[in-house]
Amino acid sequence: MMKKEYSKKVLEEITSKFPQVTVKIHGPRRTYLRAPREIVYDFAEYLFKEKEFRLSIATGIDTRDGVEIIYHFTHDAAGTYYNIKTLIPKDDLKIKSLATFLPAANWIEREIHELLGVDFTGHPNLIPLLTAETWPADLHPLRRDYQDEHKELKFKKKT
Amino acid sequence: MRRVVPIGPYHPLQEEPEFFKLIVEGEKVVDLEINIGYNHRGHEFVSPTLTWDQVPFLVERICGICSDSHPYAYVLAVEDCAHITAPPRAQYIRTIIGELERIHSHYLWLGLAGHFIGYNTVWMWVWRYREPLLELFELIMGNRNHYAVNKIGGARRDILPEDYPRIEKYLDLLEEKNAMFTKAILDDPVIRARLEGVGILSKEDAVAYAVTGPTARGSDFAIDVRKDDPFDAYDKVDWNMIVFPEGDVLAKAKVRLLECDESVKIVRQCLKNMPDGPIETRVDEIPPGEGIGHYEAPRGEVFHYVRSDGSNKPVRHKVRAPSFMNIASNVVAVKGYSIADAALVLAAVDPCYCCTERTTVYENGKKKYSGQDLLTLSLKKTEEIRRRYKK
Repeated sequence: MMKKEYSKKVLEEITSKFPQVTVKIHGPRRTYLRAPREIVYDFAEYLFKEKEFRLSIATGIDTRDGVEIIYHFTHDAAGTYYNIKTLIPKDDLKIKSLATFLPAANWIEREIHELLGVDFTGHPNLIPLLTAETWPADLHPLRRDYQDEHKELKFKKKT
Repeated sequence: MRRVVPIGPYHPLQEEPEFFKLIVEGEKVVDLEINIGYNHRGHEFVSPTLTWDQVPFLVERICGICSDSHPYAYVLAVEDCAHITAPPRAQYIRTIIGELERIHSHYLWLGLAGHFIGYNTVWMWVWRYREPLLELFELIMGNRNHYAVNKIGGARRDILPEDYPRIEKYLDLLEEKNAMFTKAILDDPVIRARLEGVGILSKEDAVAYAVTGPTARGSDFAIDVRKDDPFDAYDKVDWNMIVFPEGDVLAKAKVRLLECDESVKIVRQCLKNMPDGPIETRVDEIPPGEGIGHYEAPRGEVFHYVRSDGSNKPVRHKVRAPSFMNIASNVVAVKGYSIADAALVLAAVDPCYCCTERTTVYENGKKKYSGQDLLTLSLKKTEEIRRRYKK
């Protein structure tokens, strides 16, 4: 019960500091926050430095309206996951990098950069992390429009 | 003068494809570059092409040693998405398998670490007592590894009551032997001298790099998913989180050794309080939405995120293994130590080593260090300390 009240108090503090954020509570320890792209950097910095949140990982998803990035922050003292969602339009795939103050974001931003083609401005070393050196820089495997020979083969077999 | 010592692309001493580029000045490591991705198998790409029930078998194959943690985290994520709770008996079974797996994973690391600093006795003894555990797994789950016990909404296999005594018997053996190892390893002055004060990861760096598991708990960063966000049977059993403040390799070894005792405690209590009843609930469909599951694997927090659109497949499935965070922290942990220590420090986060043969240093076309040389360097240092203690 104590943890529950604590996480409620923390959420109130966050929303009073950043009123632009919309909150969706999924379960007792899962909270989703939607934030506009412009404030994500300041928001994440506030969560990490003042609230002592830990960046677990970030997820990039190609959706109809653009690429969505979810920063999964966890507040270990209360055991609650705060997921900051932000939508980046496809014609301007740019967001400010968190790696400048948070080394934990370094690798995952490189991963999202190569798999989804999001440009993290200010990243110290935005080179491919997982794909081979010979992999073309404009080919992003987790995009919806990505086609490779395996996908085509599957399609041919069915018809 | 700066030179480069490459370790990899096939990770020394264990089958881990990573590439460490040590930048050295004389014997001292001044910088480290890490390259990963040599074994990128595209699980996140394949997962959305499989149905919800097929994915556990896919993610089980991400890691051979902690093969229970990935399906566990995935199943928790889907259950979170669909608001399903597994029946109590299934929760206890999953907890027992998870904890037994932790023991065998920690023992694997301990054995390899012992081998690497030149204590082959530690290696052989530790693995000798790991073997009966694998046999136990074969008895209760049908396989030495890859137990496939996790299922959305329950467990796939039951642990039969007639197998309880066999598990108890093993726990008795393990408890006795673990006490022996703890005493033997921590009281040995040479091992202490070799591990103490080496590869220190400060708490600030641990927080900044967001490391998890024994790497974090050895650096005074007290996080454990089983305590912070308890799931299944973990809030119904009594156990302690092991935390040490030093941040060196010895602290990480101590965390792992003492954690085995806690695992024994958890399994004992689970067996004692195991409820009767069904081991699965019927799951008809996964509603649209998203879910997060995380589980404390032997190496740290495994994180899975799934998104559903109401169909029979996930739309997006994000997987994060603990080593993704832990390996990155090597950059700060290894700086300032000698090459002989570097191999040990890089192993301390537990992607431990296996085939140093791949390491070769060339200078002006002339071979300088090979993988075997690195191992010899490490053994030599232990020998030196041993000699000093004998005097």
